[in-house]
Amino acid sequence: MGILRRYVVALLLLCAVSPVWAGLTIQITRGVAGAVPIAVVPFSWSGPTPAPPQDIGAIVAADLARSGRFAPLADKDLVAHPTAPDQVKLQNWRVLGVNDLVIGSVRVLPSGRYQVEVYLYDVYQPPAQAQLLGQRFVVAPAQLRRTAHRISDMIFKQLTGLPGAFDTRIAYVTMSGTGKVHRYALKVADSDGYDPRTVLESPEPIMSPAWSPHGRRLAYVSFEHGRPEVYIQDLATGARKLVASFSGLNSAPAWSPNGKELALTLSRRGNPEIYTLNLETGKFHRVTHNPAIDTSAVWTPDGRNLVFTSDRGGGPQIYEVPAAGGPVTRLTFDGSYNAAPAVSPDGQRIAMVHGQGGGYRIAVLDLKSGLFQVLTDGPLDDSPSFAPNGQMILYSAQYQGRRVLATVTVDGRAGQRLSSQQGDVQSPAWGPYRK
Amino acid sequence: MTRRIVSIGLAAVAALALAACAGTGGAGGGPGAAGGAGAGAGGGAQSYGAGGSGSIQGQGMGGAQQNPLEQRTIYFAFDSSAIEAKYRPIIAAHAANLVAHPNESVTLEGNTDERGSAEYNLALGERRAEAVKQMMLVQGVAPAQIRTISFGKERPVCTAHDEACWKLNRRVDIVYSKQ
Repeated sequence: MGILRRYVVALLLLCAVSPVWAGLTIQITRGVAGAVPIAVVPFSWSGPTPAPPQDIGAIVAADLARSGRFAPLADKDLVAHPTAPDQVKLQNWRVLGVNDLVIGSVRVLPSGRYQVEVYLYDVYQPPAQAQLLGQRFVVAPAQLRRTAHRISDMIFKQLTGLPGAFDTRIAYVTMSGTGKVHRYALKVADSDGYDPRTVLESPEPIMSPAWSPHGRRLAYVSFEHGRPEVYIQDLATGARKLVASFSGLNSAPAWSPNGKELALTLSRRGNPEIYTLNLETGKFHRVTHNPAIDTSAVWTPDGRNLVFTSDRGGGPQIYEVPAAGGPVTRLTFDGSYNAAPAVSPDGQRIAMVHGQGGGYRIAVLDLKSGLFQVLTDGPLDDSPSFAPNGQMILYSAQYQGRRVLATVTVDGRAGQRLSSQQGDVQSPAWGPYRK
Repeated sequence: MTRRIVSIGLAAVAALALAACAGTGGAGGGPGAAGGAGAGAGGGAQSYGAGGSGSIQGQGMGGAQQNPLEQRTIYFAFDSSAIEAKYRPIIAAHAANLVAHPNESVTLEGNTDERGSAEYNLALGERRAEAVKQMMLVQGVAPAQIRTISFGKERPVCTAHDEACWKLNRRVDIVYSKQ
């Protein structure tokens, strides 16, 4: 009876857990040349099951590898398996040529919560100064993955001086179905593609999700009434509001840095123009006045300007305009097709879709130096979006006939692909830091 | 006669392209390859109701009859919303039909190929639909008879990743509806 009950509970757990694994799977697509070797020893485990519900060490190692700055050693190359400070022999790791060592443990407490300990060492320091981090977390089982990402953030910050962006979420749209029957779903997942939650499902297209600055709401475009309209949805409650439903286009929403305004594209007067919507008063303000296409506006971090796509010069290029309206400045001059801008969190760079020789790749323009760098290989890349620490770009790509998501570091050195087991994934947007 | 040849030529090109597309779609497994291709063949799968009007006949896949009203798709060059001369007689025929039947209406559905920015393509699809609408308005069609919508690159009729497919997706579909 006891065995049967345990079996049933295990089955139920499997059911509960399986949607997590229906998420996106990661493949490294670009090498780690120049990445710093680091050893992440598998964490020890004390609990009633043979294995912990989440392999914290593996999640941390995968996060660090994804950043392109670190090259975690393969398990088979680990010379020892310390899991607590008194087991660490720094000289063992110097021989392997690693700079840093991560160890830790996971145990179940009588309360049912999990205690996670993690230690980071610089193996070239004298023993007294070698420990760079030592941290203990006590969390609910459901928080284990997030704890692993927070550990990755702490290690990244300690070793690079830059904030990590592993404990963040991404939004994207999946599309499946054949012929005239399609299913679109707007989803939110962890930054590594795990734990996807469906935010909206529709038989009609969903496009352009945009995160509010605090990550509590998404604005997006839905065709559920047969044409593009802009909605805002609260992620905690699911409550949503139709905010733009004029005749013609209602598209390309983007939140102002203070969260009080939305930039968007409307063609209510017959031509696509950039507007801002004051979310407190509900008033629309027209920003651009040009017979060309103006769309895809995003805000500069100071909230003063909008960077957008326009074909006023013939083909699509990136322009800038004061959010209150005013003179328009052209920013891109490389090639005949530049569109879908994303502004880096420090305002120094603009990522975009760059058309060149029949291919569409992600490129970055450094506004200070004017350097224009193509980061990806195409052939059909779209929708670039910066991580909140500005170190990586998430975008959509074509791979083996399907739409997949991919990431690339801002120096173009490292990249991964996040693909779904079936169907297409597109329109990614990287969310802000989580509080 | 010239128009007939052009139309048949177009149908042949379209059929060839669709055949290539369907083949690739079958192998590559892109969603909607086969079904989408069927719908794209001269708009044959579109329903158009023709509320009370006997002027429009249903059609099959073939290009034997070349009534311009049976052409319901206008194709465009890459990143362009300019209407090529060969499509003007088709738009004119639909405009004349709408003027003659004020109780009929159309939705002009603008689309683009899959290349480039989704948001820019949504605007480009709208511009294509607006370009066809303007031509119809000039010919006396009442604004209330025309609705435009853009699907951008979200609704391809052909899902292979080559020009043979892309040119079929850069289009405005003229869809009749009951009023």
